[in-house]
Amino acid sequence: MNDIQWLIGGEAGYGIMTTGIMMSKIFTRLGLSVFDYVEYPSLIRGGHNAYYVRASDEEIYCQKRTVDILVALNRETIDKHKHELFENAAVIYDPDTIKVEPNEFASSVLLVPIPLLESTKQVGADKLMVNTVSVGASLALFYSDFEILRRIMEDTFGRKGENIVYLNVNTSKAGFDYVLKNFSKKFSVSFEKKPQKNILIGGAEAVAFGAIRAGLKFASIYPMTPINPILTTLVSSALKYSIVVKEPEDEISAISMAIGASFAGVRSMTATSGGGFSLMVESLGLSAQTETPLVIVEGMRPGPATGFPTWTEQGDLRFVMHAAQGDFPRIIIAPGDVSEAFSQTLHAFNLADKYQLPIIVLVDKYLMEGHATAPIENFKALSSKYRIERGKMLSDQETEGMVDYERYELTDDGISPRSIPGQKGGIGFSGSDEHDERGLYNEEADNRIKMMDKRFKKLEFAIREFPAPVLYGKKDAPLTIIAFGSSKMPIMQAMKWLEKEGIDANLLQVSYLAPFPGAAVERIIKSAKKTLVVEGNKTGQFEGLIREHTGLVVDHNFRKYDGRPFYPEEIVAKVKEILCQNLKI
Amino acid sequence: MSELKDLEITYDKPNWCPGCGDWAIWVSLKNAIVALNLNPWEVVLVSGIGCSSKLPYWVKTYGFNGLHGRPMPVAEGIKLANSGLTVIVIGGDGDQYGEGTNHLIHAARRNIDLTLIVHNNQIYGLTTGQYSPTTDIGEKNKATPTPTVEAPVNPLSLAISAGATFVARGFAGDHKRETDLIVEGVKHKGFSIIDSMQPCVTFNHKNTYTWFYERVYKVEEKGHNPKDKAKAFALAEQWPLRLPLKEGEKESIPTGIIYKEERLTWGDGILQIAQAPLVKQSVEEIDINPILEELK
Ligand SMILES: Cc1ncc(C[n+]2csc(CCOP(=O)(O)OP(=O)(O)O)c2C)c(N)n1
Ligand code: SF4
Repeated sequence: MNDIQWLIGGEAGYGIMTTGIMMSKIFTRLGLSVFDYVEYPSLIRGGHNAYYVRASDEEIYCQKRTVDILVALNRETIDKHKHELFENAAVIYDPDTIKVEPNEFASSVLLVPIPLLESTKQVGADKLMVNTVSVGASLALFYSDFEILRRIMEDTFGRKGENIVYLNVNTSKAGFDYVLKNFSKKFSVSFEKKPQKNILIGGAEAVAFGAIRAGLKFASIYPMTPINPILTTLVSSALKYSIVVKEPEDEISAISMAIGASFAGVRSMTATSGGGFSLMVESLGLSAQTETPLVIVEGMRPGPATGFPTWTEQGDLRFVMHAAQGDFPRIIIAPGDVSEAFSQTLHAFNLADKYQLPIIVLVDKYLMEGHATAPIENFKALSSKYRIERGKMLSDQETEGMVDYERYELTDDGISPRSIPGQKGGIGFSGSDEHDERGLYNEEADNRIKMMDKRFKKLEFAIREFPAPVLYGKKDAPLTIIAFGSSKMPIMQAMKWLEKEGIDANLLQVSYLAPFPGAAVERIIKSAKKTLVVEGNKTGQFEGLIREHTGLVVDHNFRKYDGRPFYPEEIVAKVKEILCQNLKI
Repeated sequence: MSELKDLEITYDKPNWCPGCGDWAIWVSLKNAIVALNLNPWEVVLVSGIGCSSKLPYWVKTYGFNGLHGRPMPVAEGIKLANSGLTVIVIGGDGDQYGEGTNHLIHAARRNIDLTLIVHNNQIYGLTTGQYSPTTDIGEKNKATPTPTVEAPVNPLSLAISAGATFVARGFAGDHKRETDLIVEGVKHKGFSIIDSMQPCVTFNHKNTYTWFYERVYKVEEKGHNPKDKAKAFALAEQWPLRLPLKEGEKESIPTGIIYKEERLTWGDGILQIAQAPLVKQSVEEIDINPILEELK
C-alpha cells in the first residue's frame, strides 16, 4: 500500500491554492483516493499558506500528520513543517533562493534541490510560476509519464488560450524533466495508474451541485469564508442551468431575497458563516412564521465576532439551533463528507418545500474548502434517482376555480396547500404577525395555540423521512464514538487505522440534528460499551444536546477549538487511552 | 382587469385611527390598481412593520407582510423570481428611512422594476409616537427630552442620488393626485419611489393636514421638467429643512414627479430571465452529469 501526503508551503499570493488543486487532480487521475486540506491566514498577500494533499491506493478519509513530499517555496515553510516530515520524505526547494543544511533533516530525507526560479526564466514564464515547476518536479518523484499532467493543464487552462497552456505545460515539464533526470528512483514511493472511478470534489461544490440538481432557481449570497466556493460554483453554472445568483448588499438582504423568491414559487437558497447568520436571524423566524420554504447553508468558522476567519470549528450548533425569537420548527442537517454534502442538500430542498419551513445545512470550513475523491457513479446514481418533491404546492389548474383560498388552512399534518402569486384563485396573504387561517393578524389565545401547534405538527411528519442515525463499524465494539458533521472524516480514518491494529471502535454519526433523533441515539448509547463524543468546540454543545434529549451522560469527550480540524492520529490516541484505561481497571 | 370591488376583502376592515393619512393612500392604491387594469392576482403588496405596513391586509391581492425595515429585499426576490408580477412595497418612514435604508439605496441603484410607497408621517406610529428619521428638526416628543438636533433624512435627494429612476412626492390630503402618482410610478419601468406625506393625527401634532395644505405646491404647475436632474435636486432640497426655520419664514413643499429617467433595469441585465420568468422555467430533467464529468 502507498499512502503519501504532499505539502506545498509558501507566501500567500504565490498560487499555492491552484498548485494544491493541480496536485489533487494528478492523484485523482492516477485513480487514487485523495483528500486535500488548506491552511491559510486571512490575508491576500504575505502570510503563510500550506496546502496538504494526501493520496493513497487504499480508501482514505482525511489528511494526516506526516508529510512525504514537502515543496518549500520559502525558508519559512521548512522551519514550520520540518518536524512533519516522515521517514524517506523528499524536500523540494530552490537552492538559489533558500538556504538548506543537509544536517537539519533526518538522514533518510531526500533533498531535491531544483532551480525553480531559473526554470521559469528559461521557459519565459513569470517568476510567480515557480509553483508550477514544483508540480512537475513532484510528479516525477513518483510517476514517470508527464502526459497525465499535460492533459490536466490542457483541461484546466484550455479556456484561457493556447499561450497560457503552453506556459503551464512547459514550466511544469521543466520541473518534471529535471527531477526525472537527477532524482528518479531515489524516492521510495511510486504509483501505478489505476482505472479512474472518482471525481475530485470540494464540500462547497458538492452543496452547490446538490442545489443545482434539486432545481435551484435563485440564490442570494453575501461573500464570507468558508462558503465563498458555493457562490463561485453556482455562478459558473448560472447560465447553463438558468439560475439567478446574486450578491446582495448584506446578509439580511440575502436571506430576505431568498425568502421572496421562494414565496414567488422558485427553489431558493442562501449561504453564510456565523457572522452573516447573526444578521439573518430575524428573517430565519420570518421564513418559519410565514411558512416560506428556505434552505440556508451555515459554514462554521471559529467565533465570536470575526474570530478566526479562515479556520474551522463546530461552534455554531447551538446558535443555529436556537437562533431567533420564539419557538418555531426548523430542520438542521449536518453532512459529514462530500457525498453527504451532495445527498443531504438534495434532501434539504425537498424537506423545505414539503414542510414549508427553514432548513439549515450546517457545515464548516474543513468540509467546505477541502476536496475529496468520491465515485462519480454514486453522484450520478443519486442524481438520477432524485425526484423533486414540492409538497402541497398548488398548480395553476388547482387554483383556477378556487374561491376563498386560505394560505394557512388547518390540516391533519399541519401543512397548508400553498399558492403562488400569479395564480388566479390562490390570492392569499402571508404574514409575520400571528395570523389566522387567512393570514390575517389575530391575537386570540385559542388561535395562537392552533397556529403554533399547526407549525410544529409538520415536524412530526418530517422526521418520518429522516434517515436513522448511522452506526459505522462493528456493532459490539468496545467503544462508540459519537459525532456530527465533518468530524466524521477523521474518525472514519482513525477507525480504519485502529482496525489494522486489531482495535475496534464504532461511530454513531448524527446528521439530522433538529429535531434531534433522541430515541434512536438513546438506544445506541444504551447498547454501547463505552462512549466518546468528538466535537470541534469548547463547551460540548453536541454532548449537551445528547444529554438533553436522552438523559444519558457520555463517558468521555474529546473537544478541539484551536481552529484546526481533528487529526486521525489524535483520535487514535484518544481511543487507545480510553481503552487502555479500561484494561487497567 | 379589476374593479374596486374585486380588491375588497370581506372579513376585516382597516383599523387605522379615524382621519389617519393611511386611509387615503389605501384608497389611492386601490384606485390605481383599477386604473392600471391590473389583475389582482398578478399584484403583490409587500410591507414591513408599522401602522402603514398593515395596508396589504386590506387589499385583495397577493400580500406579504414581513419584518420592520425588510420588505424591499423580499420584494426584490419576488420580482426576480417572477418578473411578470407587479410588485409594490409599502412601508413607513421608520421602516424605509431608518431600519431599511440600506436596502432602499441598493434597490434604487439596481433600478429594479418595482414601486415603493412610503407613508411618511414623520413619526413612529405603531410604537406610539417616537421621533423618526424624517421628524422635523427642532421637534420634541417622547423619545427626546430636548428638541431634536438631528437633520432629517431627505428621501427625495437620497433616492435621486442613489439612482432611483422615478422619484415623486405625494400627499394623503389629495388622494386623486396620490392615485395618479402611483399609476405613473407603477407604469414606470424601473425603481419608483413615492414619498407620500401622511398625517398621523394621533401622534404628530405639527405636520397636520392644515399644515401641509398651507405649504404644498405642485411642481408641474411651476413648469418643472422631471428629466432635469439638477432642477430635481434643487426641488428635493427645498424640504425637509436641515436647520430650524428662521422667524417669519415658511416651508415650501414640492409635490408631484420630481425626477424621472429611463435606464436599464436590474431584470433587463439578467439573461436567465430574458425568455421567461424563473418561476415558469421547468425544473424537470436537470442533468448535472456534464458538470460532474468536469471534476474528473
Ligand atoms: C426589528 C424591529 N425593531 C423595532 C420594531 C418596533 N417597531 C414596530 S413599527 C416601528 C416604527 C413604526 O414607524 P414607521 O415605520 O414610520 O411606521 P408607522 O407606524 O408610522 O406607519 C417600530 C420601531 C420592530 N417591529 N422590529
Ligand atoms: S397612530 Fe398615526 S399613523 Fe398610526 S393609525 Fe393612528 S394616525 Fe395613523
